[in-house]
This record gives sequence, structure tokens and C-alpha cells, in this order.
Amino acid sequence: MEKHPFELTWKEIPLGFVQTDYMSCLKNHTGSWRSERPIWDESHCIKCGVCYIFCPEACIEQDEKGYFHANLDYCKGCGVCAQECWTGCISLKPEE
Amino acid sequence: MAKRKGIESSIALADSAAMCRIEAISAYPITPQTHIVEHLSEWVNDGELEAEFLPVESEHSAISAACGMSAVGARTFTATSSQGLALMHEILFLTASLRLPIVMAVANRALAGPISIWNDHSDIMAERDIGWVQIFAENGQECFDLVPLCFKVAEDKRVHLPMILNFDGFIVSHMIEPIEYWEQAQFDNYLPAYDPQIKLDIRNPSMMGAVGVPEIYYEVKMGQHQVLLDSKVVVKEALEALEKQCGRRYEVVESYRADDADVVMVLLGSLVETCMTAVDNLRAKGLKVGIVRPRLWRPFPTEEFIESLGDIPVLGVCDRSYTFGGAHHPLASEIKSVLYGSGKAPKICEYMIGIGGRDIRVEEFEQMFMQLLEVKENGKDLPIQYVGVRS
Repeated sequence: MEKHPFELTWKEIPLGFVQTDYMSCLKNHTGSWRSERPIWDESHCIKCGVCYIFCPEACIEQDEKGYFHANLDYCKGCGVCAQECWTGCISLKPEE
Repeated sequence: MAKRKGIESSIALADSAAMCRIEAISAYPITPQTHIVEHLSEWVNDGELEAEFLPVESEHSAISAACGMSAVGARTFTATSSQGLALMHEILFLTASLRLPIVMAVANRALAGPISIWNDHSDIMAERDIGWVQIFAENGQECFDLVPLCFKVAEDKRVHLPMILNFDGFIVSHMIEPIEYWEQAQFDNYLPAYDPQIKLDIRNPSMMGAVGVPEIYYEVKMGQHQVLLDSKVVVKEALEALEKQCGRRYEVVESYRADDADVVMVLLGSLVETCMTAVDNLRAKGLKVGIVRPRLWRPFPTEEFIESLGDIPVLGVCDRSYTFGGAHHPLASEIKSVLYGSGKAPKICEYMIGIGGRDIRVEEFEQMFMQLLEVKENGKDLPIQYVGVRS
């Protein structure tokens, strides 16, 4: 199995620390940084997609019914979606 | 024998770079380096050199653009001096860390203030720790010969680091000298086409300049340090190959009449030649004096320097820039730290010379040598000597 980058010795660092592992950022689950998670109240959601547009992580996805959810592997809980939501249907719930 | 022609060192250096078949140049003019990039722009404008010539708005941009062009696999050259080098400072570390084999000629000049366009080594000594390979040329011929050397070392697969060619501003850069040009075929024999080991290529995506979090930054720096230390072997090989090409022998540490010397001077740059004349004059009087100087400055050729000293009991070390507030100035600091624990403990007398273009003459070197011979006899310690300062 390939070594995790944090296990590389100094002799194993790629030349110039160039990253050739395409889309390798997907392996970095930034969701672990989160202290609050966004919750959508679908009774108020108008499916406008503002949360989707503003999410700095681009981790908000639309489901088959047209409602939005955050991919919690990457959502850092920044709250930008809740701030921008037109109807105020997104609230932030502290992680336990 | 190859043709010699009377030509300004800067022009010869630029011709040498062009004959290395450089593919990209980014530059911002600054005295006393200006003639180099000016002349290269003529090569490109006249259609004699197929290269991208990028005039930019500052040295910070010049080195940044050079990084970009090197990152896509072009053999890249730039040149600067003094304030220009200082303005490049933050990108110089990146260039080395990204392992981009850019070659830069630095016409050494004092840093402001007060504003000075004249020669000393304060610009390059402030960039001592940037992680580039750094070498010194002492005259125009050496400038011409060492440009292809720089590319050969920088682009070597075992090195893949940027390299600086230092030479004294005005004293060398603007001097018209008889210089022996290589034929184009000699350049082509000596310097193979650049085969980049890393390259930005949309068909094979990669990212340069990633974040180094605490879990990995240390390992990256350790690798960078080691590869710079190991580059000394490659410099030595490239110098040997250079001798085969042009017949001139250069070494990482060079000695002049030092074999049986009682005292030697250690210094860098064009003043070595003034010092050589002083050595010849004193030798003619039967005094055993000589010179040992590192030509390669980074990586510092520690073992070769210690070996070259033999059992010489007294050294003079000439600095050409200040370490303000420090116990010793840069070259003396290096030499003392190299010798501490080496098993050799010669007396070391420190000199400050040639600051901000202040002239230093053969007689002054002779006086310094006489002082060193006195120290050898009486064994006394001297404080740092600030030669020629009005006090």
C-alpha cells in the first residue's frame, strides 16, 4: 500500500515537492475541522441554490428532490451558507 | 587555439549565456548588470537567439517570471545586482525549494544606504542562505567559462537547483579584457539539451508550490539541504569536464603559491588578482606568502578548504561586507566555523576591505601580508582590521 504523505522520510519527498497525485486534495477530509454543521429546514427552502453557489469548499450537493445538503467529509462548518441563505432556512448545530 | 577578442566582460557573459542556447530570459535592468540583459535582448531582437525575452516591471517579477518559464521546462537565465537581488529575496527561496535550475548572473554591488552603485559583496552575503548553488568568477574569462558550468550543474539530475554566478560589479562587469571565446560546438558538446525532471504539462497534471504542513515541511527542507551539500560532487565533475573543453582548470578551492607558505590570505572575487600581484612582489623578496580561496561558496567546500590549508599557521580572511552586530563578518565567520573542531587551529586575522567600491591597492595587500608574518612571529591576536577607514 502506498505511504501516506506524512509517513514519507526526507529521502522520499518528490523532487521539488511537486504533487503529481491528481485530485489528491480529495483525500484530505477537511470535515474533521468542523465544530458546527449546517442543517437545512426544508419547509422554508425555496431551492434557489444560493448556498450551493457561495460554499467556499464547493461541498454542497443537490438531491433528487431539489434540496441541498453539505458533504460532511469536506464541510468545515464555516457558516457562509447560513449567512447567505435568502430564507434563513439554514442553521448551525454544534458538533458533539 | 580559440580566438581571443577584446570585449567587455558583461557582453562576453551574455554571449556565453546565448551560446548555452537559453530559451527564456526575464530581466529588469539594474546597474552594473544592465549590459548583460541589454545585450541578450539584442540577440533575441536580431533573430540570432530563439528565446522568449520577457521585460518585466521589477526584479521581484523578473525572478517570478523566470520561475514560471523554468517550470514549463525552458532553460532560463536572468541577471541582477544589489537592490534587485534584495527585491528578489522571497522568491529566491522558492526557486530553490521548487528545484528550478535557473541560472542567474549577479554583478556584486553594495546595498543601500547610503545609495551606492559600487562594488562589494553585501548583496550576495545577504542571500547566503537561499539554497542556491553559488560560485565566484574573478575576471571576464571566468565569467564566460562559468556560465555553461552553471547550467551543467543546475540541470544535472542529481542537483536540479538554481545557481548564481557572482562577479564584481564594474571591476569585472565593465572591464574590457581579452577573452577567449568557445566555439558553438564546444558549448554543445559540454552542455546537453535540458531534460527537466519536473515540468508543468497539461497532459500530465501536477501542482508546484503546495502547502507544507508541519507534518511534512521539515522533511522537504532536509532533502533540500542534503541535495545542496551533495551538489559539490557534481560541481567538481563539471569543472573537470570544463577543463577538457576549454583547457582551463578551475577548482572548488584554489590555491596560489600556498604550498610552502607561512601565511595565506583567504578572499573572494576579483580582488584575488590584486592580491596575487602582492604575493608575487613579496615572493620576489623571499617572503613565503600565498592565497587559498574558495571559488565555490555554496555549498561550502569544507573538506577541500581544510585540506588546502595544510599546516599553514596564519590566515588572513578578507571580508567585503558587514555582518552588523555580529562577532565576525560573513567570510571570517564561515572560515572560523569550518576550522573549529577540524583539528587545525591556525591564527586567523580578519580584514574588512573594499566596502562600497573603496579602492584597495597592491601595497595594502602587501602591508596586510607583512602584518600576518608579524603575527606568525609574535603569536599575538589582532582585532578585526578595518583597512583604509578614516578614524
